[in-house]
Amino acid sequence: MAMTATYGHAHADPHHLGRAIEHPGPAPKRIVTAYGFWVFLLSDIVMFSCFFAAYAVLVGQTADGPKGSEIFEQRNVAIETVCLLLSSFTCGMASIAADVRNRLWFYLGMAVTCLLGLIFLSIEFREFADLVSRGYGPSRSAFLTAFFSLVGCHGLHVTAGVLWLLTMMAQVFAKGFRADILRRMMCFALFWHALDIIWVAVFSVVYLLGSGV
Amino acid sequence: MLGKLDWSAIPLEQPIPLIAGGVVLVAILGVLLWVVVKGYLPYLWAEWITSVDHKRIGVMYVLLASVMFLRGGSDAIMMRIQQAIAYQSQGYLPPEHYNQIFSAHGTIMIFFVAMPFVIGLMNLVVPLQLGVRDVAFPTLNSVGFWLTATGALLVNLSLVIGEFSRTGWLAFPPLSELTYSPGVGVDYYAWSLQISGVGTLVAGINLVTTVLKIRTKGMSYLRMPMFCWTTLASNLLIVAAFPILTATLAMLLLDRYLGFHFFTNEAGGNLMMFMNLIWAWGHPEVYILVLPAFGIFSEVVSTFSGKPLFGYRSMVLATMAICVISFMVWLHHFFTMGAGPDVNAIFGIASMIIAVPTGVKIYNWLFTMYGGRIRFATPMLWAVGFMVTFIIGGLTGVLVAVPPADFMLHNSMFLVAHFHNVIIGGVLFGAFAGFTYWFPKAFGFRLDETWGKAAFWFTFIGFWVTFIPLYAAGMLGMTRRMQHYDVAAWRPWMFWAAIGMALLSIAVICQITQVVVSIRNRDALRDRTGDPWDGRSLEWATSSPPPVFNFAFYPDVRGEDAYWALKQHAKEQQLEHAEPEYQDIEMPRNSPTGFVCAFFATVTGFALIWHIWWMVILGCLGAFATFVVFAWRDHDEYVIPAADVAAIDRANLEERRNLVSMAGAV
Repeated sequence: MAMTATYGHAHADPHHLGRAIEHPGPAPKRIVTAYGFWVFLLSDIVMFSCFFAAYAVLVGQTADGPKGSEIFEQRNVAIETVCLLLSSFTCGMASIAADVRNRLWFYLGMAVTCLLGLIFLSIEFREFADLVSRGYGPSRSAFLTAFFSLVGCHGLHVTAGVLWLLTMMAQVFAKGFRADILRRMMCFALFWHALDIIWVAVFSVVYLLGSGV
Repeated sequence: MLGKLDWSAIPLEQPIPLIAGGVVLVAILGVLLWVVVKGYLPYLWAEWITSVDHKRIGVMYVLLASVMFLRGGSDAIMMRIQQAIAYQSQGYLPPEHYNQIFSAHGTIMIFFVAMPFVIGLMNLVVPLQLGVRDVAFPTLNSVGFWLTATGALLVNLSLVIGEFSRTGWLAFPPLSELTYSPGVGVDYYAWSLQISGVGTLVAGINLVTTVLKIRTKGMSYLRMPMFCWTTLASNLLIVAAFPILTATLAMLLLDRYLGFHFFTNEAGGNLMMFMNLIWAWGHPEVYILVLPAFGIFSEVVSTFSGKPLFGYRSMVLATMAICVISFMVWLHHFFTMGAGPDVNAIFGIASMIIAVPTGVKIYNWLFTMYGGRIRFATPMLWAVGFMVTFIIGGLTGVLVAVPPADFMLHNSMFLVAHFHNVIIGGVLFGAFAGFTYWFPKAFGFRLDETWGKAAFWFTFIGFWVTFIPLYAAGMLGMTRRMQHYDVAAWRPWMFWAAIGMALLSIAVICQITQVVVSIRNRDALRDRTGDPWDGRSLEWATSSPPPVFNFAFYPDVRGEDAYWALKQHAKEQQLEHAEPEYQDIEMPRNSPTGFVCAFFATVTGFALIWHIWWMVILGCLGAFATFVVFAWRDHDEYVIPAADVAAIDRANLEERRNLVSMAGAV
């Protein structure tokens, strides 16, 4: 390796362009972590797209059961949407607080995010429980199968997100704003915002389109 | 308490799986006992099982693939014997057992042989070729490997506890639905693939990030070795395609466990949706497997021809073109669905178009060889054998890409011969080429050439003797997956295929002998310089096996074929250099996270298969606790002092100086 080490000081402008074009070497850890997590989020979105596709294929297969317009309650969905969008804002506040190492605002932001997530989940749970109690469970028809799976998959992600959120708060409580914990916080924020993007699609494709029919 | 599990799950009345399972069990226990008695357990735990070193993980991937190759190969032998004797008779395998065998063969060979083999080689080589010290996420890398191993374990467990899927390697509904497959076979299949699929996704994310974000100084995209490019393409496909598999299997499992109606015949389910989804993953999957093999051949052909790769940029373009087009051809797996002439025509043409970039690659390899000083070492034999075999496999592929022809050949032995032609000729030859090519890098000694060449010739000839008859039988109308048949015209072909299988078995024995003989003669075969093949890319710039930190300094790359340029430079300069200043190196600490996590995944998977719900909850809690413990640790790196780095680097440099001065004298 001495060959390489003493191979001279990089002349980074082989084509005499007047500016350095050499690749500078491995990226810093923060960049690598966020980049990798983005790649994961993309893969997660691909998975959601399968459930969206299945929903699109099966939406008309009601098997004499209810159609979307007969079971969707727009008021609840509106509250759910407001909760999630607000939670993205508070999650952003928590991220900023973490960046400036402000514990109070961090805990506050995260706690409100958690609360909004839980409100969202409880509304969704009640919607599901209500449908099942009326005999419109996922086994009723292929449409309901696709509906429960798509919306439920998002709900599971939010549940996992809440669990992660609590773990995140505990980590900051126990370890402080260490570099690796800040990287995890960044990933968590990306995750939470991505769930919002998915919800916008669920809201549009399932509830808005479905209510109109 | 134990869900569906009781004593009837042990197949006491079926001798073959019981004996096979018994042999496997005895072998595993024997190895464990040997390890414990010899006192190797602490070493294995500290240096391998908890290792987050990409080279060690790569080696373990390849080891897993090799062991599972023996299992999948045994299934193949049993099938060939069955079809050779089952003319107007039942043969020796009852239908329900035969169905399990062909399902297991396909599942194992794709998911637990081909996948871990190529992922292992990528793991081992790519960071070295990029001139860096590790992958992007070392601990996650270990998690990915152990989850793959969990999947393999569950598949093998089905031998002795319960049964395996009888529904083919892709578990098409409605046969795979609860109505027609009430047993645990499909559940074993689906949960194994779900768990190992997570492992594969993790590996994919890791390698994409590594190639895109972690490269040494000056290693711009268009200076990367071709294997890094194909790794990038293959792992982009993993990231984009494996979530589709996860979603599809999740839907099937929801149908089976909770009475959903994704693919059922009742309540509006749509089974053709399964076909579309599974092949939207399944077609990219074959390119996930073969693209790394293309990369291996590019490295091998260039090295053993002593020339830079011909048409490097066209090769990059062809690789990325395949990466994109591979997502646009999935429907050719079921032209017979009846989507109509326009749809079938579009997918037929797309399937033929993908042959164009593949053709570009073949010509580039041929032109790389043209005018070169070719050395026919074992890896080069595999590469040349690949070119011949793969072209023919590709041509039969273009043939079945024609929808009218496909209507005749769909689900026939012709199709079976075609995809074995490209998967064995492409992926397996590539894996073996990579294995012999990079073995010295991983272990510090070369493999025995005589046995390696014998293995190649037996494989090459055995392959054609096995699969030409299958093409012929397919043309004669034989469909795949037949437990017995009554057509006299097929019988001689089945007989010849069995002979071919015997040759292939000899080839496997040659491979094993090659490794054993090489280990025994390792002192004579020792690779002291780290550059046994006169290589061109950076993995040969460090010692064999490389130190844990790979490179004492990040190499400074000035062009394509980075190491070749360095060698030329070093010869010109006669190595009159001042010694560099060595510095401390930080490396990630080993972690049992991957192993412990896989343990809980095994528990959870097994419990899910057998409906043992309390155990499912325990397993999930355990996995979560593992991650929390991992998140809580305070020191995730350790330091290798500069003095140690210097000592290791000086020793290797000494060997290299000798080599260069000897070369200079010649």
